[in-house]
Amino acid sequence: MSLKVRKRDRLLSGPKAILLMAAVLIACTLLSFLFGRYPVPFKELCGILWNKFLSIFGAGIEPFWDSSMEIAVWNVRLPRVLMSVLVGCCLAAAGATYQGVFQNPMAAPDVLGASAGAGFGAALAIYVGLSSMYITFAAFGMSLLTVVLVFWVSKHAKGERVLGLVLAGIMISSLFQAGTSFIKLAADPTNKLPEITYWLMGSLSGMAWEDLGFVIWPMLIGLVPLFCLRWRLNVLSMGDDEARAMGVDAGRLRIWLIIAATLVTAASVSVSGMIGWVGLVIPHMVRRICGSDYRWLMPCCMLGGGTFLLIVDNISRNISTSGIPIGILTAFVGAPFFLLLITGRGERL
Amino acid sequence: MSVEVKNLRFSYGEHEVLHDVSFKVEAGEFLSILGPNGVGKSTLFRCVLGLLRDYTGSITVEGRDAKTLSIREAARLIAYIPQSSHPAFNYSVRDIVLMGTTSGLGTFSTPRKEDVRRVDEALEKIGILDLAERCFHRISGGERQLALIARALVQRAPILMLDEPTASLDFGNQLLVLNCARELAREGYTVIQTTHNPEQSYMFSDRILALRGGEVLTEGRPKEVLTQDMMRRLYGVEVEVSSLFGDRVRVCTPASVIGED
Repeated sequence: MSLKVRKRDRLLSGPKAILLMAAVLIACTLLSFLFGRYPVPFKELCGILWNKFLSIFGAGIEPFWDSSMEIAVWNVRLPRVLMSVLVGCCLAAAGATYQGVFQNPMAAPDVLGASAGAGFGAALAIYVGLSSMYITFAAFGMSLLTVVLVFWVSKHAKGERVLGLVLAGIMISSLFQAGTSFIKLAADPTNKLPEITYWLMGSLSGMAWEDLGFVIWPMLIGLVPLFCLRWRLNVLSMGDDEARAMGVDAGRLRIWLIIAATLVTAASVSVSGMIGWVGLVIPHMVRRICGSDYRWLMPCCMLGGGTFLLIVDNISRNISTSGIPIGILTAFVGAPFFLLLITGRGERL
Repeated sequence: MSVEVKNLRFSYGEHEVLHDVSFKVEAGEFLSILGPNGVGKSTLFRCVLGLLRDYTGSITVEGRDAKTLSIREAARLIAYIPQSSHPAFNYSVRDIVLMGTTSGLGTFSTPRKEDVRRVDEALEKIGILDLAERCFHRISGGERQLALIARALVQRAPILMLDEPTASLDFGNQLLVLNCARELAREGYTVIQTTHNPEQSYMFSDRILALRGGEVLTEGRPKEVLTQDMMRRLYGVEVEVSSLFGDRVRVCTPASVIGED
């Protein structure tokens, strides 16, 4: 056959892709300090971070920077940078997981209502006047509760189990969205309504170490199994019968993966608000780079998601003094990008 | 005894699909299961594979009661080759075949180098090593079927179950897959296939099981099963069965075609 066959639908082999994406993530993290209202030169940045590292061992170096710069780096910029990386990492990993679990390339982290639940919880907490920490708790709790509810409803659904789960997710999501709308209607339009609206648009501004200290645990508890079960996710994506005939308990694996993915999604949206598109777009973008094998796809999604959200958050921080909510920007960047993916040259999704 | 099914009954709710099915397959045998659509062939398959477990009667696989096998243990004894596989994502042929190693891996492990080597051996044996890097979506139906057989070999199970392996394949690919299945039976694998082609099961398999209405209509060597009377009773149509090449081949011709003259 003289036809030239394109053998691979990926740009890089798995390990190379991981190395490259890790390097890009580290570079973007460092660059994030150089931009912004208080740009921190590279030398000072290294000094501050190195000093903080040494202080673990009770040592230290003579500061050659002023203390306001240290506060800007340590208390303002660093938590925000870490948070955007973590949230992006979680949303992309959860999206990739749901896509495999439901064998549906259109699945996103909010298919089972995690975002709608978080939005409702946060709106309710703001409405009754709770402080920002409790808003996070309320969003996290409500998000998990919504997914549990979706599970419970789908158990009673007739017919195919996975379809029932997705349909229940759509229905219950829209119920909670209606609830959120009702709270907005009832909320005080001078102070509470803008706060709710702003929260729902998604933002990473004002992240502090306390926020990070809270969400890091559910995120780690979810991300570790998602990473470790990535080979089985390949097998599961072949369908239940085939997976079981290959020795994988499809039903049980699916539940565990959904629990882990929901945990990281709930933790993410509870601090960042609704950030759409990351969970849908990043896995598809990464598939183009390293292929569909979850052994490489999962770590690459984690790195790529973190990098993407970090870049978008930097844009959101620098584009105007008040900062455009990141949720709006991810949609502005994500939606056209997705269109490019589905219409552009190359393999079907 | 490789697989022994005794008095198997299974119902979906009120509707009983299998009533009292019994048969045996020896190691190294190629068994074809024939029967009209909706007769319970797939249900029978799913019961033996352990995908359906609330049946009555007994299924013994390599001397063990199939109901007591865990999903992983069952996968080490029986490999399933589906009629067609449609992965939701773009996997390479090698990735798909590598999935066969899963039953030998720990829950949190990924395949090792030696597993990849086994995959290449299996691809070589089936004769499709040159397809290893190709996208599973992009190869032909016959090649996909062969890749799924390679995956079953990598699973290292002594029993291979093929669900209508030749359906939707062109004539050449059908023969390729059937030859491959027969070769594997000669090597000692127990091969069980469902099929809608009596003539091919006559040519390639060692024994034929004919299912009708959820029961075993007849079971035996191809020469005993592929007769005019049996085909009539099995499919409810008038056929003439003619013998060719010293009875190495039998051809079923619809009586309506011959009767026109």
